[in-house]
Amino acid sequence: MDQVVYTKDHEWLRIEDNVVTIGVTEFAQEQLGDVVFIELPEVGSELSVGDEAAVIESVKAAGEIAVPIDGVVLTVNEALVDQPDLLNSAPETDGWIFQVSPSEALEMSDFMDAEQYQQFIQDGE
Amino acid sequence: MSESTDNKKTQFYDYHVAAGGKMVPFAGYLMPVQYPLGIMQEHLHTRDNAGLFDVSHMGQVVVRGNNVVGELEQLMPLDLGALAINQQSYATFTSPTGGILDDLIITRWAHDTFFLVVNAACKEQDIAHLKTHLPDSEVNYLDQQSLIALQGLRAVEIMAELAPQTATLVFMQGCHTDIGGIECYVTRSGYTGEDGFEISVSDDYALALADLLLAYDFCQWIGLGARDSLRLEAGLCLYGHDMNEQTSPVEAAISWSISKSRRSEGEKSGGFLGADIILRHLDNGVAKKRVGFLVEGRAPVREGAEIADNEGNVVGIITSGGFGPTLQAPVAMGYVPKELAVVGTELTALVRGKPRPITVTKMPLVPQRYHRG
Repeated sequence: MDQVVYTKDHEWLRIEDNVVTIGVTEFAQEQLGDVVFIELPEVGSELSVGDEAAVIESVKAAGEIAVPIDGVVLTVNEALVDQPDLLNSAPETDGWIFQVSPSEALEMSDFMDAEQYQQFIQDGE
Repeated sequence: MSESTDNKKTQFYDYHVAAGGKMVPFAGYLMPVQYPLGIMQEHLHTRDNAGLFDVSHMGQVVVRGNNVVGELEQLMPLDLGALAINQQSYATFTSPTGGILDDLIITRWAHDTFFLVVNAACKEQDIAHLKTHLPDSEVNYLDQQSLIALQGLRAVEIMAELAPQTATLVFMQGCHTDIGGIECYVTRSGYTGEDGFEISVSDDYALALADLLLAYDFCQWIGLGARDSLRLEAGLCLYGHDMNEQTSPVEAAISWSISKSRRSEGEKSGGFLGADIILRHLDNGVAKKRVGFLVEGRAPVREGAEIADNEGNVVGIITSGGFGPTLQAPVAMGYVPKELAVVGTELTALVRGKPRPITVTKMPLVPQRYHRG
């Protein structure tokens, strides 16, 4: 059974068995504006928490995606190469960015569930 | 981001907020960087329809005096004596070392009167500069005056209805007129590369004027984000980025803004701050020059990125860059040594350590569509 959790950096993680799919939230997409390019991580690269995994370029600025877990990059969303605007139109579904095989079990207390995340956004505004 | 109380608001602040504008501090003002439409669509809307820009943060200054031409000509390499009434020109305030203190638009209002529009971030310094160097003239900062720019292909449709006189203006001409009974000074100008108008209006009637313009459904507020991408595609310099006190007008590739008569062989040669250096640059050439770049791929190359030659030597720097919504490709400009400032020269820009191929190109990247009559 899969589970979706959120980070304070406005990333979402869908956890299924030993694969974690990572993307940015609707809120992050609104903040970024029109996305024109995404620099994806290399498949097979080993990442540690806080490493810069991807860069999202919007018309105005570049934003970095820091990886929220330790692990190895399994796949990247190649569709974003030709259609970076998927990140605007479907950030939490077709606009996923990459998948990671975590090197150890995730500490769920590091993340927020959907309700906590909504509260976090509201408090921030 | 907290809204610092130090930032000023223009007359249009509540309108921007009501229109969903994302307000950010800019040059001491809270200004809309974008609206819900987003920079990409706002940019495209301006080119094909009509975009309304609040540029009230810019400095509007009137300078008057019997010797105003002679005094102002000491500060800018222009032939102001030859400027007809209601004609305007792009200009730079030059520095004693041949750099640029600010760029501006100067309009002749009368034999002894000029109207200047200067950059928001430089206005206090510009006014002090004018007061220092124009002892015989009156320098009047119009701090009760708003400024809006109506830009784009269909801007003229609106103006032709509301103020028919303005529709006959050509690029860089102006006139005093009224729009729906509101007194304005209108010029056929702007900084988007499109046909359009800038309208100076009293703060008291600024909102009433905006209401008249926004009544057209193809006219929308446009933020600073799209203003930047529009001017970038149009190849226009942004002060403090593409030029500054360390760059001469020749290095900034705006030699066209230096009047013939103020050049070495001209009848009013020199006589402006930094003339010796600037004329030497004109006559003997410069070591570095501003050029435009086409960028391979879709990754934007932004301000501060280093430029390298094909041997990997860092040879220059990007001073403005982003994604061009009309071009659907990244656009950039920057400085390179003169010998590399040749259209077609292939270089690389270093983006997060990775070399991205860039090619020196002719500017503007998107053709300007000014109304030249």
